[in-house]
Amino acid sequence: MIMIFGIPGPLLFGQLLLGLINGAFYAMLSLGLAVIFGMLNIINFAHGALFMMGAFVSWILLNYLGIGYFPALILSPLLVGIFGIILEKTIISRLYKLDHLYGLLLTFGLSLVIEGLFRNAYGSSGMPYRIPEMLSGATNLGFMYMPNYRGWVVAAALVVCISTWLIIEKTSLGATLRAATENAPMVQAFGVNVPRLITLTYAGGVALAAFAGVLAAPIYSVNPNMGSNFINTVFAVVVIGGMGSIMGSILTGFGLGVVEGLTKVFYPQASATVVFVVMVIVLLVRPRGLFGKAA
Amino acid sequence: MLEVNGLNAWYGESHILHGVDFEVREGEVVTLLGRNGAGKTTTMKSIMGLVPRREGSVKFRGNEMVGLMPNQIARAGIAICPEERGIFGSLSVTENLMLPPIVAPGGLTVEEIYTLFPNLRERAKTAHGTKLSGGEQQMLAIGRILRTGAKMLLLDEPTEGLAPVIVQQIGRTIREIKNRGFTVLLVEQNFRFAATVADRHYVMEHGKIVDMIPNHLLESSMDKLHEYLGV
Ligand SMILES: Nc1ncnc2c1ncn2[C@@H]1O[C@H](COP(=O)(O)OP(=O)(O)OP(=O)(O)O)[C@@H](O)[C@H]1O
Ligand SMILES: [Mg+2]
Repeated sequence: MIMIFGIPGPLLFGQLLLGLINGAFYAMLSLGLAVIFGMLNIINFAHGALFMMGAFVSWILLNYLGIGYFPALILSPLLVGIFGIILEKTIISRLYKLDHLYGLLLTFGLSLVIEGLFRNAYGSSGMPYRIPEMLSGATNLGFMYMPNYRGWVVAAALVVCISTWLIIEKTSLGATLRAATENAPMVQAFGVNVPRLITLTYAGGVALAAFAGVLAAPIYSVNPNMGSNFINTVFAVVVIGGMGSIMGSILTGFGLGVVEGLTKVFYPQASATVVFVVMVIVLLVRPRGLFGKAA
Repeated sequence: MLEVNGLNAWYGESHILHGVDFEVREGEVVTLLGRNGAGKTTTMKSIMGLVPRREGSVKFRGNEMVGLMPNQIARAGIAICPEERGIFGSLSVTENLMLPPIVAPGGLTVEEIYTLFPNLRERAKTAHGTKLSGGEQQMLAIGRILRTGAKMLLLDEPTEGLAPVIVQQIGRTIREIKNRGFTVLLVEQNFRFAATVADRHYVMEHGKIVDMIPNHLLESSMDKLHEYLGV
C-alpha cells in the first residue's frame, strides 16, 4: 500500500474527496449568498433552509409524483426559485430602506419557520434518497476507488459555479448586475427595471441553493436540519472569502472543504473547528476576507 | 419636447425646488445657469425621477413623467449624464459603453461614438472604467447615452474640471449632436462655454427659475448675469 506522510494513500485520498464534496456544497452555497448580498445588501440567513427545501422538493417529486433525480435537478431549483420570488416580493423587499440587520433577522426568522414546517410534516429523523442508477457504483482510479456519485457532485458543482462566474463576469446581463451592485439608481435611470433585477437575483441565488440541495439529497439523508448543519460553516466560508466576491466564494468554498478533509486525516480532533480557526486568523490578518475588496 | 411646470422637490425634510418652470423645444440646446446650490442638479434628477419626493409636472412629448419610475422615464427617451459621471469601476470601458439599454432607434453606433471620442477607442480594453482620466470618463459618460436612441439628453456640468482641449471637444460634440436632431438640457457654471453651444439660457436661484436669456442677448446681458452668478 502507498503511504504518504505516514498515512495510507486510500485514506488520504478518501478524505480529500470527502473534503472536495463538502467544499462543493460550501462553494455553491456561499456563491449564492455572495450574489444575493451584492445586489440586495442582505445576508440571506434563509439560505440553509432553502437548500434543505431543494432536497425536500426532489424527495417529494420522487415519492409523490414519481419524478426522478435528473428532472428534479432542474425542477426543484425552479420551484424553490419561484418560492424565492414570492418571498422577495412580499416580504424581503420591504426591508431595503432599513439597516442590514433587519434583513438578517427577517431571513433568520424565515429559516426557522420553513424548517419548523418541514419538521412538523416529516419529522426530523431524515429520509433516504437513492442514488440514481446511472451514477451508482464506483470507479477504480488506480490510487483509490471513487464512488461515481461523489465524482458527479464535484463535477456538477464545478460546472454550476464556473457558469455562474462566467454569467456575472462575461455577459451583458452580468455587467448590468455588477453595475447595479455598485450604483442601482444610476442603472435604473438608464432604463433597467432594477426592482425586477433584484427579485431575479434573489431567485437565482435561491435556485443555486436548491440545486445544491438536490445534489446533497442522496449523500446526506433528506431532513429538515440538513441546511442548518451546513450553513454555519458556509457563513464562515463567506467571511473568509470576503463578502461579495464571486470567484472568492468558489475558491474559498472548495479550499476550505479540502482543508477540513486533510484535518480529518492529520488531526481529526480539530476537523470540526478548523474552518473557524482559519476564519479567526484571516479576520486578524485581512479583515475584509481573502478576496474582499476595499469598502 | 420637455415642459416643466411647478416642479417641487425634497430631500427628506429639505425643500429644494420651489416651483421650477421652463421648457425645452425639440432640437434646442438649453442651459440651466446658477450658483452652487441653486438646484440645477436637483432639477435634472427630478426630471429623471431620481429624487426621493417631487411634485408638479414634467411633460415629455406631452406625457407626464412625474409619478413614473426612473427606468420608465428612460424608456420614454430621456437620458442623463450625471454630475459625478457615474462610471462603473467594476465594469470595463466597453461594458460601461454598452450598459445602457437601447430605448429607441436612431442612436449613434459605437463606431460613430469612437469617431467623436477617439480616446475611447484607444482605452476600450481598459478593465475598470474608473481607471480612465477625468476627461475620458466624461467622454464615456456622454458617449454611452448617445447610443441609446434617447433624443432628450440631460448633461450635468460636462466640462467641470476638464482641460481646455477636452472642453472644446465636448463643445464640438454638443454642436454635432444638435445637428443630428438631439435635444439637450445642459447645466453649466461656465457661461462662456454655454454661449458657444446653447440657444437659450435659464437662470436658477434658490430652487426657482428667475430669468431666461436667449443666446444672442447673452453679450448684452453680461452685467445682469454677473450679478446672478456672482462672478
Ligand atoms: N442628497 C441630498 N440631500 C440633501 N440635500 C441635498 C442633496 N443634494 C443636494 N442637496 C441640497 O440641495 C441644494 C441644491 O443642490 P444641487 O446639487 O441641486 O445644486 P446645484 O445647482 O447643482 O449646485 P452645483 O453647481 O454645486 O452643482 C443644495 O443646498 C444642496 O445642499
Ligand atoms: Mg450640480
